[in-house]
Amino acid sequence: MTAVSWMQLLLILGAVVLMTKPLGVYLVHVLDPEEEGGTFLEPVMGPVERLIYRVLRVQPSRGQTWIQYTVSVLTFSALTAVVTYVLLRLQDKLPLNPQNLPAVTPHLAFNTAVSFVTNTNWQSYGGESTMSYFSQMVALVMHHFFSAAAGIAIAAALVRGIARTRGKTIGNFWRDMTRLILHLLLPLALVYAVFLVWTGDPQNFMPYSVLTTVDQSTAASATEAAQETIAQGPIASMISIKMIGTNGGGYMNANSAHPFENANALGNYVQMVIFIWIASALTYYLGRMVRNQRHGWAVWSAMFAVMLAGILVCWYAETAGNPLVHAAGVAVAPGNMEGKEVRFGVFNSATWAAMTTATTCGAVNSMHDSFTPLGGLVPLINMQLGEVIFGGVGSGLYGMLVFVFVAIFIAGLMIGRTPEYLGKKIEARDVKLASLFVLVTCFAVLVPTAWASVSDWGMAGLNNNGPRGLGEILYYFSSASGNNGSAFAGLTTNTPWYNTLGGIVILVGRYFMIIPVLALAGSLVQKRAVAQSAGSFPVSGGTFVVLLVSTILIVGALTFFPVLALSPVVEHFLMHGGSMTF
Amino acid sequence: MTHAKARPLFDPEIVGPAIGASFKKLNPAHLWKNPVMFVTEIGAAITTLELIFNRGGGGFIFVLQITLWLWFTVLFANFAEAMAEGRGKAHADALRKSRGKTVARKLARDGTTTTVPAETLRKGDVFVVVAHEAISADGDIIAGAATVDESAITGESAPVIREAGGDRSAVTGGTTVLSDEITVRVTANPGESFMDRMIDLIEGAKRQRTPNEIALSILLSTLTMIFLIVCFTFKPFAIYTSSYAGEAINLAVTVAVLIALLVCLIPTTIGGLLSAIGIAGIDRMVQKNVLAMSGRAVEAAGDVDVLLLDKTGTITLGNRRAVEFLTAPGVSERELAEAAQLCSLADETPEGRSIVVLAKEQYNMRAIERHNIPRATFVPFSAQTRMSGIDIDGRSVRKGAADSVRAWVGHDFSNEMADAIDRISRSGGTPLVVAETPHVLGVVHLKDVVKGGLPERFTRFRAMGISTIMITGDNPLPAAALAKEAGVDDFLAQATPEDKLALIRKEQRAGHLVAMTGDGTNDAPALAQADVGVAMNTGTQAAKEAGNMVDLDSNPTKLIEVVEIGKQLLMTRGALTTFSVANDVAKYFAIIPAVLVAAFPQIAPLNVMRLGTPASAILSAVIFNAVIIISLVPLALRGVKFRPLAAAVVLRQNLLVYGLGGLIVPFFGIKFIDVLVHNVLHLA
Repeated sequence: MTAVSWMQLLLILGAVVLMTKPLGVYLVHVLDPEEEGGTFLEPVMGPVERLIYRVLRVQPSRGQTWIQYTVSVLTFSALTAVVTYVLLRLQDKLPLNPQNLPAVTPHLAFNTAVSFVTNTNWQSYGGESTMSYFSQMVALVMHHFFSAAAGIAIAAALVRGIARTRGKTIGNFWRDMTRLILHLLLPLALVYAVFLVWTGDPQNFMPYSVLTTVDQSTAASATEAAQETIAQGPIASMISIKMIGTNGGGYMNANSAHPFENANALGNYVQMVIFIWIASALTYYLGRMVRNQRHGWAVWSAMFAVMLAGILVCWYAETAGNPLVHAAGVAVAPGNMEGKEVRFGVFNSATWAAMTTATTCGAVNSMHDSFTPLGGLVPLINMQLGEVIFGGVGSGLYGMLVFVFVAIFIAGLMIGRTPEYLGKKIEARDVKLASLFVLVTCFAVLVPTAWASVSDWGMAGLNNNGPRGLGEILYYFSSASGNNGSAFAGLTTNTPWYNTLGGIVILVGRYFMIIPVLALAGSLVQKRAVAQSAGSFPVSGGTFVVLLVSTILIVGALTFFPVLALSPVVEHFLMHGGSMTF
Repeated sequence: MTHAKARPLFDPEIVGPAIGASFKKLNPAHLWKNPVMFVTEIGAAITTLELIFNRGGGGFIFVLQITLWLWFTVLFANFAEAMAEGRGKAHADALRKSRGKTVARKLARDGTTTTVPAETLRKGDVFVVVAHEAISADGDIIAGAATVDESAITGESAPVIREAGGDRSAVTGGTTVLSDEITVRVTANPGESFMDRMIDLIEGAKRQRTPNEIALSILLSTLTMIFLIVCFTFKPFAIYTSSYAGEAINLAVTVAVLIALLVCLIPTTIGGLLSAIGIAGIDRMVQKNVLAMSGRAVEAAGDVDVLLLDKTGTITLGNRRAVEFLTAPGVSERELAEAAQLCSLADETPEGRSIVVLAKEQYNMRAIERHNIPRATFVPFSAQTRMSGIDIDGRSVRKGAADSVRAWVGHDFSNEMADAIDRISRSGGTPLVVAETPHVLGVVHLKDVVKGGLPERFTRFRAMGISTIMITGDNPLPAAALAKEAGVDDFLAQATPEDKLALIRKEQRAGHLVAMTGDGTNDAPALAQADVGVAMNTGTQAAKEAGNMVDLDSNPTKLIEVVEIGKQLLMTRGALTTFSVANDVAKYFAIIPAVLVAAFPQIAPLNVMRLGTPASAILSAVIFNAVIIISLVPLALRGVKFRPLAAAVVLRQNLLVYGLGGLIVPFFGIKFIDVLVHNVLHLA
C-alpha cells in the first residue's frame, strides 16, 4: 500500500466526487426537461427525437402509470432479446464477418441474449472467437445502450414516484429511453470511444492479423513457422458503452485485462471513473428531484463509504498476499500477483475488482478467482448486498432506495412517528414491495448455490474443491442475481444446468426487482406528502448515513454470513493456519 | 385529576393469571397470527420430536436444554402479551363491577313509567333517573338538570352538573345521579355503549391490528423467511464442506442446531413483544383517563404535527388575575391598592380574590376580615351595574368596567387614565377601573393566566416539529398578545366552529396532521375532520361520537399528553425492532464459529466471545434470546423514555441506545450466560 497507490486512489475517488454534480444536473435536463429545461443537445437531437416518436407512435408528453411503465419495460426487453437471439443465430448469413464465424448455437444465443438484455453480460463465450463484427456491434452493443438506459429510466421512475404527490404517472418509458440514449449515452459513448482509440484501443473492420512470432520455440515443426492471430475489430466503440453503461460485456475473452480493451494506466484510470460516473450522478439527480440535495449526498455517502471499505480490505488483502506462497519463496513480487496483469499490479487490480462488483459493471482486469480469500470476499459481498453500492446505472439507485425504505421503516418508528420517507408514509403495501426486493437477492443466491453444492451437476463444474469451490459456485449465482456478470472463473458454467439455472437467476435478479420497484413508484406517487418539519425523519446527515450503512450490512450482508463462513472466511483461517487450500 | 390507580408492574393479581394464559396461548390456532412466534413454536415442536424419537441424535442433554429454552421463548412472548392484556382486563373489571346490575324506569309515550332491566333499553327509549340512582345507559338529557357522580369512569370524585340542552347534556351509563331528576333519551344499545366499548377496548378483546403494526408484521415475516432460507441452505453447505473436511462439520449441523440458529436470527424479541406494546399503549392512555376509540387513533396521535388548542381552559386558566395597579395622577399606588382591596373584600370571584392577593403581595396589606367591618355595606356585582364595591364610613368605593364607572363618577377619565385603559385592552387584558366618589383612583390590570409550564412545553413541541395554534373567540389584538405570551405558533381569533373546520382542512391540505379538543355539538364536524379529535367527557354525545378519543377528565390540556403517549408507543415499537435486528450480529458470532470449530479448529479467532464449548455457545445464544424477551417486558409495557426533542436528536439518541446497544449487549449477555452455563453450572 504505497504512497503512489494512495494517490491513485485519491485521484479516482476525487474524480468521482467532482464529476457527480455536473452529470447529475445534466440528468435532470435529460430525464425531466419540464423541470429545468432541456439539454444543450436539443437543437441537434430534438428532430431525431421527434422522428423516433413519430415512427414509434409515442406521445411523449403522456405519462404512464406504473403498470403501463412496467408493461413497456417488459415488452421492450423481450422484443430486443428476441432480436439479439435471431441475429446471433443468423450470424453466418449476416455481413461484417471477416473470420467467417459460424452461427451461434441456440443454447449460447439464448444465454447471451438474456444476459445482455438484463445488463448482466455474463459471457459464456470468448468474444473474438465466437462473435462477428456485426454481432458485436449490433446484436450486443445495442443492449449496452438499451439495458443501461432501461436501468436509468426505472430509477428515474422511482425518483418521480417519490418526488410527485397525488399523481398517477411516473414518466413515459419510451420518452425516457429515447432521451437517455440520444442526449446522454450516445454523445458520451462517442466522445469516450474517440478517447479510447487515442489510448490505443483498435477500431477497424479488418480481418484478424496473422503474424509470425519472433520467438519460434513454440513452432509445431521446422517447416511451419509459429504464428499468432491478433484479434481486432470495432473494439473502442464497444468498450466505451460497456463502461459507461456498467455493462461489462467486453469484446475479448480476457475482457479488461486485454491490452486492446484496456490499453494503459491512463485508460485503466479513466475506465474506473467512467463506470461509476452515471451511478454516482444519479444520487445527485435524486437530491435535485426531491428538492433535498443533502439527501442525495447522504445516499451517495453511504454508497461511497461501503465501496471505500471494500477497496481498502481488498487492496490490503492482496497486498498482504498468501503467506504460504511467500514462505515457499516463489513469489516474485510483493503481494498476491497470481492472475493479475503486471501492467496494473496489485492496487489497480484490487481497486478495480472492488469497484466493478460494487457497480454491476462486471468487467474484470484480473482473475478474481486468484485473489486471496479476503480479497475475493469483497467482490462477493459487494454483489450480495444487492448491487446497491453505486450498483448498475439506475439499478444501483433503485436498489439503494429500497434499502433506504427498509432502514427508515426499521428505525423510523424510533422518532415517534409512523415511518415516512421525504413526507411519504411507508405503509403496509410499500413494506411488502420492499420486502420482496430484499427477499429476492437472498433467495436467488442461496437456494441455487445450496442446490449446486450438493448435486452432481453442480460439483461437476468445480475445478477446486474445498472452500474455494463453494466460493466459486456462490460467486456465480451472486454475480447472476446481482446482474453483475463478472466471473470468479474456476467454475465451468457452460453446462446445461448452470446455464439454465444461471439464466433463470439472472432474469429473477433483474425483473423480480424491477417489478416491485415500479410498483413501489406507483404506490408512492399517489400519496400525499406530509409537511416536513423538525419532527420529520432526517434523511440526511451522519446519523442517517450510519443507519443506512448498518441496515445494508445487517439486513443485506449478514444473511450471507453462514455461507461465507464456510467459503472465503474459513479459507482465510486455513491459509493463515498453514493449510494450502487452492 | 385522579388517574386510574397505578399498579405495580408485576402485580401478583395479574402475573398469576398471565402465567396460566401463557400456556393457553401456545395453541397454534392462536399463535399463527404471529408468524415469528409461530415459527419458533414449530421449531420447539420439531426439537421435541427429535428428542422423543431420536433421543436428540446423540446429544440428549444438549437437545433437551435447547428444546426447553425454545418453549420458554414462546412462553415468554405469550406472557408479555398476557401481562398487557391482564393489566387492561383489571381496569375493565373494575369498571364492570362499578356498573353492576341496574334497572331503569322506562318512560312510555303516555307518560307512565315501567321498571325494566337496564339491558333491555334500546336506542331512542326514554327513561327517568332520580337522585341516588345509577344511570342505566348512555344518553342525552331531554329534561331536567342534575348533579352526577362520574367517578366510576373518571376517578374524579367531584360531582358534575348535567342538564338538558346545550353542551352538557350527555350522560354515561354506569354513573350515578346525586341530586334532582332527569329524563334521558338512550343513545346506545346495550353492548355498544360507551362503557361497553371502553371495556372491550381495554381488555384487548376486539383489538384490531393497526396499519403500522400490520406493516411491521410484514417486515418481520420477511426477515423470518430470509432466515428460514439462510438456515435451510446451511445444511447443504455443510454437506458440501464435509466432502473435503470430513463428517465433523456435517455432524455439527444437527436439526437442533439449525433450529437454534433460526430462532436466534428471526426477530423474536420484537415479534414476541409487538402485541404487548400495542395493548400497553392503549392502557397508558386509559391510565391518563383518555379513552382511544382504536389503536389506530393512538398511532395517529404520534403523527400529529399541528395542535389546535382552545384558549380558555386549555391555554389559560378559566379566570383572570390582577397583575398590576395603574394609578390616576395624584393618587399613590398604596391608596389605589387599599381601595381596590376594600371593594374586593366581599368579592368571592377568582378575579376579586386575586386583587386582594396582589395588594397583599405588593404592599403587604393584610386583608381585613369581612366580619371585622360590620358597618360596611357591600355592593355585589350585577349584570346591570357591572360594578361591585363597598360603602363604608361614608366612603363609596367601586370597581368595574370602564363605561360603568365613568357613568357612576359622572365625568370623563383623564387622558392618562384613558391611555392606561386602552393599553390594557390592547394587550389582551381587562381593565378594571377603581373609583371613590367622585375620584377615579386608577385601574387594575386583569390578565388571562397562562397555565403553568405551557410556554416551555410549547417550545419543546416546536423543537419536535409540532406547531400549536390557539383558538379563541377574542378579538385579534388581545389574541395576538396572549398567543405571544403563551408561546403558541399561531392563533385563530374570533373563531367560529366553521372557521375551525376550515382551518383544519387548510392544514391538512398542506400535509399536516391535526389534533384538537372539543366538547360542543358544533365542534363535532371539526372533531371528525381532525386526525385526532379528543372529545371532552362533559361534552355532548355528538362530540364524543365525532372524535376518536374521549378525555374522561375533560381536561383539554391533556391533548399534549395524548400526543406524547402516541409518540411513545411508536418509539417503543421502533426501539425494540432495531434492538432485535441489531442483536443478530452477536448471535451469528456465537453460533457459526461453534458449528465450524469441530471441523476447522483454525477458525477459533472467530469465536470472539471465547465461549466455552460449541454446545454452551449455542445454548447461551438461545437462552439469551429467550431471556431478553422477558427482561424487556417492563420496557414494552412502560414504553421507552419519551424526550421532547427534534427528530434528528431523538433518532441519534435512540440509535445509540437501541441500535448500538443492540449490537453490544448480546455480546456481553451471551458471554455471561456462557460462563454460567459452562463454567458455573457445567450444563454444557
